[in-house]
Amino acid sequence: MFKSTRLTLVALLFSASALTATAEGFSPENPECIAPANPGGGWDFTCRQVGKSMQDQGLIEKTMQVVNLAGGGGGVAFAEVVNKRNDDNDLIVAASAATSTRLAQGAYPGNNMNEVRWLASIGADYGVIAVAANSEIADLTGLLDAMKNDPTSISIAGGSAVGGWDHLKVLIAANAYGIEDVRSVKYIAFDGGGEAVTQLLAGSVQAFTGDVSEAKGFVESGDIRVIAVLAPERLDGEFADFPTAREQGVDAIGANWRGFYAPGGMSDEAYEGWVEKIGALYASDAWKEVMATNGMAPLDLQGAAFQEFVANSVAQIESISREIGIIQ
Amino acid sequence: METLSSLADGFAIALTWQNIGLALLGCFLGTIMGALPGLGPSNGVAILIPLAFTLGLAATPSLILLTSVYYGAMYGGRISSILLNIPGDEPAMMTCLDGYPMAKKGMAGEALSLSGISSFVGAFFATWGLILLAPQLVKIALLFGPAEYFALFALAFMTLGGVSSTNQAKSAFAAALGLGFAMIGVDTQTGVPRFTFGEVHLYDGLDFLVAIVGLFALSEVFIFLENRHGEASAKGKTIVIGRLTPPLSMLKACTPTMLRSSFVGFIAGVLPGAGASLGSFLSYSLEKRMVDKDGTFGTGDPRGVAAPEAGNNAAAGGALVPMLALGVPGSGTTAVLLAVLLSLNITPGPLLFANNPDVVWGLIAALFIANFMLLALNIPMVGIFTRLLLVPPRVLMPIVAMVSFVGIYGISGSSFDLLVMIGFGLLGWVLRKFDVPLVPIILGTLLGNAMENNLRRAITIDNGNWWTLIDSPLAIGLWVVAIIGFILPLFFARKVKSGMQRGDAEGSIKD
Repeated sequence: MFKSTRLTLVALLFSASALTATAEGFSPENPECIAPANPGGGWDFTCRQVGKSMQDQGLIEKTMQVVNLAGGGGGVAFAEVVNKRNDDNDLIVAASAATSTRLAQGAYPGNNMNEVRWLASIGADYGVIAVAANSEIADLTGLLDAMKNDPTSISIAGGSAVGGWDHLKVLIAANAYGIEDVRSVKYIAFDGGGEAVTQLLAGSVQAFTGDVSEAKGFVESGDIRVIAVLAPERLDGEFADFPTAREQGVDAIGANWRGFYAPGGMSDEAYEGWVEKIGALYASDAWKEVMATNGMAPLDLQGAAFQEFVANSVAQIESISREIGIIQ
Repeated sequence: METLSSLADGFAIALTWQNIGLALLGCFLGTIMGALPGLGPSNGVAILIPLAFTLGLAATPSLILLTSVYYGAMYGGRISSILLNIPGDEPAMMTCLDGYPMAKKGMAGEALSLSGISSFVGAFFATWGLILLAPQLVKIALLFGPAEYFALFALAFMTLGGVSSTNQAKSAFAAALGLGFAMIGVDTQTGVPRFTFGEVHLYDGLDFLVAIVGLFALSEVFIFLENRHGEASAKGKTIVIGRLTPPLSMLKACTPTMLRSSFVGFIAGVLPGAGASLGSFLSYSLEKRMVDKDGTFGTGDPRGVAAPEAGNNAAAGGALVPMLALGVPGSGTTAVLLAVLLSLNITPGPLLFANNPDVVWGLIAALFIANFMLLALNIPMVGIFTRLLLVPPRVLMPIVAMVSFVGIYGISGSSFDLLVMIGFGLLGWVLRKFDVPLVPIILGTLLGNAMENNLRRAITIDNGNWWTLIDSPLAIGLWVVAIIGFILPLFFARKVKSGMQRGDAEGSIKD
C-alpha cells in the first residue's frame, strides 16, 4: 500500500514536466531551482516565485522543479553544486546577501565564490531599523546615541544568527555613526524576522533590524515605526515615508540582494540563456508588481555586472567581519 | 454576531464543488503523508505547493487545498504510531506511548477510532478558538518574552518524569542525551559551530525527523532482524484486531481528557515558539498527572491516546493564529503556509483580517469542512488500516525500512542524512536493550535548541542578570507549576507508596 501511494505521488509531481525541447536559443529541458533552505524561507520564496512567474510568461516551458536542499546555511547546496552538479545546464540556485556573507566569513568550508557562475539579481530588500510605535526613540541618531552612551541599555533583535546579515546591518550603521567598539552592540538572534518583530511588540527588546518585507505588515497596522531604511535614497510608493539613514547623517547602506548562481561548469550557451531569461523576467511588468507587493527595491544586474557586484559584496563583508572579530 | 456573518460568507466561498473537491483531495493525501514515517505535515504541504501553482489556483482554493493537507497529516501521523510504534511525524510521538500498547492488546481499531475522534474534537475547538479569539490571543503571544518561553520549556522537561513510568534516572539520561544532540550545529547567539567537526551538513544541527525515523523505525527493523529466527515468534504477537469503534463508555471516560487537552494544545499552538509537539507533550504529561490514578498510562490507557491527539490537532489550529495575525509561523508547517501566502501576494499580519476577509474566512470555513471530512474519511478507513497488522513482519519490516530511507532522502536530498539516520537506528537498538525510553531523547533534541536560545536571549537582554528569569508574574506562575510538577510526585511517591499516586499530588494541594 505504501509503495503504490508513493509512486502515485511521484508520478503526480513529475507529470507536469514532459520531455520536449525548443530549437531556438537555450531552453532548459528540466529546469530546476535549488532552494538551499527548508520550505518557507526567503530562498524558497525566490525559487518558487521566479519559477512561477517564468512559467506564466512562457520563459520556460516546463514547471520549474524546486528542490529544497537545506543545511549549513546554504553550504550543503553550494558544496553539492560544486562537487556533484558542476556541469548541469538546467540548474539554478537561489542566493542572497546571506550567501555572500557566509562565503566572506569562510562558513562554507573549502568553497569560494569563484567555483560557481553568478547569473543575475532579481531585486533587493533594503535593511530597516525599527522601534515600537510607542518608543521614546524618535530617530536613528536617537537610537545610536543611546547605544553610544550605554550599550547595555539597547537590545536589538533580528532574524539572523550573530554575524549574519541582520546583525551586520546594525554594525554598519553603528560604525558609520562613529561607535568604535561595535562589539559592544547588543544583538539578540531570533529564529526569523517574524519572531524578532513579535519580541519588539512584546517589549522584550528596544529595536528591530530586518528587511522591509519583514516589517511591512506591522508598519501598516501602526504597531512599529521604521526609523531608518539603509538605502541610498527613499524607496517608492507606500514606503516613501521611511527616512533613509543617509538623510539623518549616517552613511550606511545595507541591501539584501536576491539572485541566482549556476554551476561553474555550465556551458556558455546555457549561462547566457539563463541570464537572458532572468533579465527578461526582471524587466516584465508582472515582476515589478511582485517586487512592489513584497517591498523589494530595484537591483538590476546581470551576467558579468552581477558577478562583479557579488565579488565586491564579499570583499566588503570580509573586511567588516574582520573588524568586528567574527573572522580572524 | 459580526463574526458569525463573516463565517457564513466564508462558507459561501468554501462550499463550491471545486473547493470541496480540493479539500477532499487534500485530506486524503494529507492523511497518507502523515502516516508515512518521514513525511510529515510540513513536507506534505511543501510537496503539494507545485500542484497548487500548476493548477493555477487562486489564493483561497490554494489555501484550502494546503490547509486540508496540513490537517490531514496531523490526523494521519497517529496511524503508524498506533499500529507500528513508529510516529508518522513528530507531534504523533506521544501517541505511541499508549496507542501501541492498545494495539498490542487487540484494541487497534478502538485506538484508531478514538484518536480520530480526539483529533476531531481538538481541531474543532481550536477552529472555534481561532474564530472567536484570534485578535485577543495575539496578546497572549505578546506576553511571552524569552524568559517566559524558557520557563515554559523548563515546565515541559520537569514534567518529563511522568511520561516514562519505568525508571526516572533512565528518562533523565535520555533527555540529557537529547539536549546534547540539540547542541550540534552553529550556535545562533555567537555564530560559532559546535560539535560539527568541520562537517558542513551538521551546521544546521540534526534534523529531528531523521532522529525520529532512525530511533523508532530503523531500530524496530534491527530488533526484528535480531529476532528473526522462527516465523512463529514474529507472527504470534499481532493477530488480534478486535472491534473497530470504541464503546460509548470509553468515549465518555475520555471526554474530559479531550476537552482539557484541546485547551492545553491550543494555547501551546498559539505561542509561536512552542508548537504542536510541545502541545501534544504537555497535554499528555499534564493529563497523566491529573487522572492517572491507577498507573495505567503507558500500558494502553485510552485516555493516553485521546490526550496527545486532541492536543496536537488543537495546536495545529492554534498555530494558525500567530501565522495569520502576526505573520509569525508557530511551526514548520505554518512557515510553509506563510510562504505560500506571501507568494500569493497576501501579507499576513495585524491587518489581514481587515484587508483580505474573503481569504481568512474562506480558510476558516474550509478548516471546518476539512475537519468533518477527515472524521468521515477516517472512521470507515480504520478497518483498512488495521489490516496492516495482519501483514507478517517479514514483509512489513522491509517496507518500513524502504519507506524510512526514501522518506528521509526525499526531504533532505542528502545521503549524509541517511547515515545519520542509520546511526540513530543503531543507537535506538542499543538503548532499547538497556530499556532507556526513546521519547525523552526526541523531546530533548526537539526542544533543546529553543530552550537554550531563549535562556541566553533572556540573560543577554538583561545584561547577565539571572533574576530576569523570574521577573514577571507569568514566568513565576510557570515556574511554580513546573516545580510542583517535579517535586511533589517524588515526595508523595516515596511517602505514600501505593495508595497515593503521582496524579493525586497536585489535586491534594488544591484541597
